[in-house]
Amino acid sequence: MLRLVVRRLLQLIPTLFGLTVLLFIWIHRLPGGPAWALLGERGNEAARRQIEEQLGLDEPLWVQYGRWLRRLLQLDLGNSIKTGQPVWEEFTLRFPATVELGLTALVFAVVIGIPLGYFAARRRGSWLDVTAVSGSLVGICVPVFFLAMILRSIFAVNLGWLPSGGRLTTGIDATDVTGFAVLDGLLTGEFDASWDAVQHLILPGLALASIPLAVVVRITRASVLEVLSEDYVRTAESKGLRKSVVRGRHVLRNALLPVVTTVGLVTGSLLSGAVLTESAFSFGGIGSFIRQAISDRDYPVLMGFILFIALVYVLINLLVDLTYGLIDPRVRVN
Amino acid sequence: MPLLSVDELKVTFAGHGRRATTAVSGVSFDVDEGQVVGLVGESGCGKSVTSLALMGLLPAKGVRVEGRADYRGTDLLSLSPSRLRDLRGTQLAMIFQDPLSSLNPVVPIGVQVTEILSRHRGLRGQAARDEAATLLDRVGIPDPRRRLKEYPHQLSGGMRQRALIAMAVACAPRLLIADEPTTALDVTIQAQILELLKELVDQQGTALLMITHDLGVVAGLCDEVNVLYAGKVVESADRRTLFAEPAHPYAHGLLNSIPRLDAPRGQPLNPVRGSINDQIAWADGCAFAPRCDFYTLDCLQGTPELGPLNADAVAGHQVRCVNPVREPLAVTTLAEVGAGGDPPAEAAAPKGAPKTAPKAAPKEETSE
Repeated sequence: MLRLVVRRLLQLIPTLFGLTVLLFIWIHRLPGGPAWALLGERGNEAARRQIEEQLGLDEPLWVQYGRWLRRLLQLDLGNSIKTGQPVWEEFTLRFPATVELGLTALVFAVVIGIPLGYFAARRRGSWLDVTAVSGSLVGICVPVFFLAMILRSIFAVNLGWLPSGGRLTTGIDATDVTGFAVLDGLLTGEFDASWDAVQHLILPGLALASIPLAVVVRITRASVLEVLSEDYVRTAESKGLRKSVVRGRHVLRNALLPVVTTVGLVTGSLLSGAVLTESAFSFGGIGSFIRQAISDRDYPVLMGFILFIALVYVLINLLVDLTYGLIDPRVRVN
Repeated sequence: MPLLSVDELKVTFAGHGRRATTAVSGVSFDVDEGQVVGLVGESGCGKSVTSLALMGLLPAKGVRVEGRADYRGTDLLSLSPSRLRDLRGTQLAMIFQDPLSSLNPVVPIGVQVTEILSRHRGLRGQAARDEAATLLDRVGIPDPRRRLKEYPHQLSGGMRQRALIAMAVACAPRLLIADEPTTALDVTIQAQILELLKELVDQQGTALLMITHDLGVVAGLCDEVNVLYAGKVVESADRRTLFAEPAHPYAHGLLNSIPRLDAPRGQPLNPVRGSINDQIAWADGCAFAPRCDFYTLDCLQGTPELGPLNADAVAGHQVRCVNPVREPLAVTTLAEVGAGGDPPAEAAAPKGAPKTAPKAAPKEETSE
């Protein structure tokens, strides 16, 4: 097991290296540039050249890449062009919020998606099934930012049940320990702060969960339907086992295999999907920061972020593979 | 009283707006205590559906099951799902065709055996594991303790079928239904599995309903045989009678189609011509008529009744045919065909005779 993990981590290196080369070229080829973003509309050619010289952007691309890579190997992602702060610090400041939001969405997707998909399959053709299937279609089709606006206007503005944005109600007394608002509240005993943070997470979490939830419902439903007609389920029934045993041990356990893969894939997309949701709810995570970085052409920030997302993706995939081995003995490594 | 008495079992599949398909259209047969009864027929004749209907394993939706199946005085077909659940595994058990797909791939063999023990015999923990090992040992799986921890994909095909048999006999059921248990196995393993089934059935006094299309299996195992065609029993007899003098043209054709080692080289095989057709309703006459060499217009006068061949017929020998074949199946018949006589000539002889009503048949043709 450990050898597999190490091998997989080593295999990561060439993947990530290739990725950085591609991204570096691509990002630096985007029209415009940080100099224009910094100067604004009043900038002139001379000022631009001066800034580019300062930032080393006038040098050949491969020299710039070499410099970036050398710093990366020393675990230094560079400084943001816009703020001048180290990229790493900017990230650690904002990532906890995004991770919190992503996890909330993941919990929604899994906790609602799997049971819903399962019961839709069990009661195939019923109103529940029809609702789940058409609902998941809507979930996939409706753009996240639009859904975010709808949710906000109904539950926050009109009904007033939930806060309309932000991470915490202004004025609430919360001590910052880890940056994870809910966790901090639990650690320090400020449960009201935790509860407040949870309330702030619900609407953006739902908006962000819409696509993963839809996918999980669909995959679970299809998978359960397939497993229900398997011979081994019939065997289990022929043994006169209790319904709960047939369903849990024989149906659900097998049906979850493709769901695990899907959840893994979806988890990666949650981080990048958070960009839109966070702006809609003015949620102070990495999303809005990245959105700004894109329009500023803040190269170090963008490189760092994309690299991080890629890393998360690959690690989640590794985790999925390991989980898969736990559930399915056929793919278990000797 | 027979252990299981199936009376006019009828299974119809009808989906949303689809044409209803009758898979089993009135099957009746008995299984006595400790008896081995064969249900024989080609693919699509309704043998598997019959067994699934008896076990209550057909899907709840889109299927209509009619008739009666009395097991020790209770009608299995009208039992509540939970009562049936109690009977399955203890009183009735089943072995399926494909041992690999019939075992849960992600659950160890041991759990798949012990779960039935804990459900019906209340065994838990070490006691259940011990009993499971004993069971595996009994069905001839070497090193049972180790096998309990293994998964189905780690076992060979024969081992898997043995494991399934172990589960089926775990609670010493009174009736075991085996749905083509050897089809997915190679020939040497087939023989071993059949031998094992025979042994277990003898030891426990379990009745066995053997569903197969393999007449070799029937010859080696069954006491009584029911030949199914298009969802109806067309002939039933004890094994000896059926093999010696099949009376229904279909049964006759089936036995005639077995390739023989003593046949001359290059002799063509004798298939039953045509193929099964689910469009034919028995209501319009004999469903086998389009494929039958002995077909006359009488065959289309309503459904033929299942009845004794004639007054002197061997007890229990019943045939659903207006023009039954009246000559014993003999090697000489096959030899004649091989010697140059064309098949129609062979068919011509019996063709004349059956025109008369079955009851007036000459005596010498019902020998034994």
